Amino acid sequence: MKVLTANRLSDGIAVWYANGGWAETVGNADIAQDKAAEDRLEAIGAAAGANNEVVDVNLIDVTVVDGLVEPVRLREKIRAAGPTIRTDLGKQASPEAARAA
Amino acid sequence: MYRYDEFDQDFVHARVAEFSDQVQRRLAGEITEDQFRPLRLMNGVYLQLHAYMLRIAVPYGTLNSRQLRMLGHIARKYDKGYGHFTTRQNIQFNWPALSDIPAILADLASVEMHAIQTSGNCIRNVTADHFAGAAADEVADPRPYAEILRQWSSVHPEFSFLPRKFKIAVTGAERDRAAIQTHDIGLHLKKNATGELGFAVYVGGGQGRTPMVAKKIRDFLPEADLLSYCTAILRVYNLYGRRDNKYKARIKILVHETGVEEITRQIEAEWQELKDAELKLPEADIEAINAYFTPPALADRPEGDDLLKQARLDSKSFSEWLDQNVVTHRHPDYAAVTISLKGIGEVPGDATDSQMEAVADIAEKYAFDELRVSHEQNLILPHVARADLKAVYDALAEIGLATANSNLISDIISCPGLDYCALATARSIPVAQEISRRFASLERQREIGELKLKISGCINACGHHHVGHIGILGVEKKGSELYQVTLGGSADENTSVGEIIGRGFSSEEITDAIEQIVDTYLGLRLSPDERFIDAYRRVGPAPFKEALYAGETKAA
Repeated sequence: MKVLTANRLSDGIAVWYANGGWAETVGNADIAQDKAAEDRLEAIGAAAGANNEVVDVNLIDVTVVDGLVEPVRLREKIRAAGPTIRTDLGKQASPEAARAA
Repeated sequence: MYRYDEFDQDFVHARVAEFSDQVQRRLAGEITEDQFRPLRLMNGVYLQLHAYMLRIAVPYGTLNSRQLRMLGHIARKYDKGYGHFTTRQNIQFNWPALSDIPAILADLASVEMHAIQTSGNCIRNVTADHFAGAAADEVADPRPYAEILRQWSSVHPEFSFLPRKFKIAVTGAERDRAAIQTHDIGLHLKKNATGELGFAVYVGGGQGRTPMVAKKIRDFLPEADLLSYCTAILRVYNLYGRRDNKYKARIKILVHETGVEEITRQIEAEWQELKDAELKLPEADIEAINAYFTPPALADRPEGDDLLKQARLDSKSFSEWLDQNVVTHRHPDYAAVTISLKGIGEVPGDATDSQMEAVADIAEKYAFDELRVSHEQNLILPHVARADLKAVYDALAEIGLATANSNLISDIISCPGLDYCALATARSIPVAQEISRRFASLERQREIGELKLKISGCINACGHHHVGHIGILGVEKKGSELYQVTLGGSADENTSVGEIIGRGFSSEEITDAIEQIVDTYLGLRLSPDERFIDAYRRVGPAPFKEALYAGETKAA
């Protein structure tokens, strides 16, 4: 199970591909369940990179917990939440992210 | 301190204009990321986990209060209210938007600062002893030579595309506080028998995945030959350094694979071609640069002794800070002060916008407007009258920066680790914080004595773990963080690389393991004067292995 992630070109903020656009939180990202869906996401990522919307595009492993997407690797968990030592910063600091979590 | 001349200022302004244009073109989609990446790196802009990161050069760690105030301003206006001081005596901001970076660079240029050559395969910020110009034990201020090297290496056409990055450090004292033997080139400024200034030259030190202690290739290089000799070293490296494998591309690998004798021969041969040509430093030029570093006029302030005697009696915490964070100055009425950015449980090297501004005010009022960033991620006030120390302490205490832990176990060097860094494999800061909290008692820390603990969150070793008396390396193993411990490293004039003590520890175990190592040391040291590193060198790893792993062997 994978989702597409990148950093937004203009400000570098981590984003995930969801519902036809780039969301600032991972929770509702589009999930690829099979190779064909992964290829589709990869193509979207390549196009978004070429179109200068985002940089550093990657597919990452995820699971679904209580209906919301969660990254598997610690690195991606931290990207999705913010620094573990500054919980007042990053996605974890905003009310939407708190609700999603 | 050094002031930009017209050439410097024009050059920095031109670079701001050039990079601003490149950023605009990138944001407009006129250049691709592949085209832009090398351009942004040349200007200190990285992409990390959460955002871009901007690394700003602080040449040889020297700042004035106007500059520090500007860093505080940048933290507040463009970032999230704080900055992180690094082991190259630089500062980095963790959250700038790419679209704001041109404005940040313009602000920096207005106070003679920039972010040039803080990344990329070029000669990076030249570092120096953070007590330079103040230390009682130095033969001369090493910073004029660091400045000469900075001028020579800035956009040097021949050395802007080296096989890999290149780091130079300079010290002017026998006691090495600049870790010169862990650098690509380490320079020890000294005097020869006839009193002339020159350098002992070390080459091929470095950390990363292959730690190496630099080799001394010359005991005395006359100061006039500094640039010709460094050019010879860089030429040999540029020609023969490996470009096929980035992990084997640093000069340390070339020195190791070629052999010290042969590489010295190659460097000396190259130097013969260069030494009497245009790179020979004219005495007038050295004098001109030296003039920029003329120390402040330090008026006698003999009243300090009596004032301190009384203040010590009045305040135990001041007295402890005096013992730990204040060092002897070449002028007996003055002292150099370490402002610890390692408050108990805090993030090593971080300072808030208002702390930066307050420290700038203190430097302006009490320290001749001069500040340093140390490679150990603290700030330094190099010249403070002893009579003013209590006032400085009180002002620092007010902003939470009076922790009396310089050189103690909680004075930890830590890289940003997986909380910020795209290359990291494990977190470092939370480990530093937990160890700091475990050893929070100053009394206990002082009982332990000097202990350099350094933490890196990946094998690139930005946290200098290889040369920590106790080093911790965080790696990822089977999806979890695992912390490997090395003992016996040191980054002073007796540089050594630490040895891995045994299997790694989980994040839950690591602080206990460190405590066990410290307790083992306390149990075996000959006297409180025998530092951890000295005791380790005397007894070796066995007692520490026994303490950490004996139970396991028996259980198995």
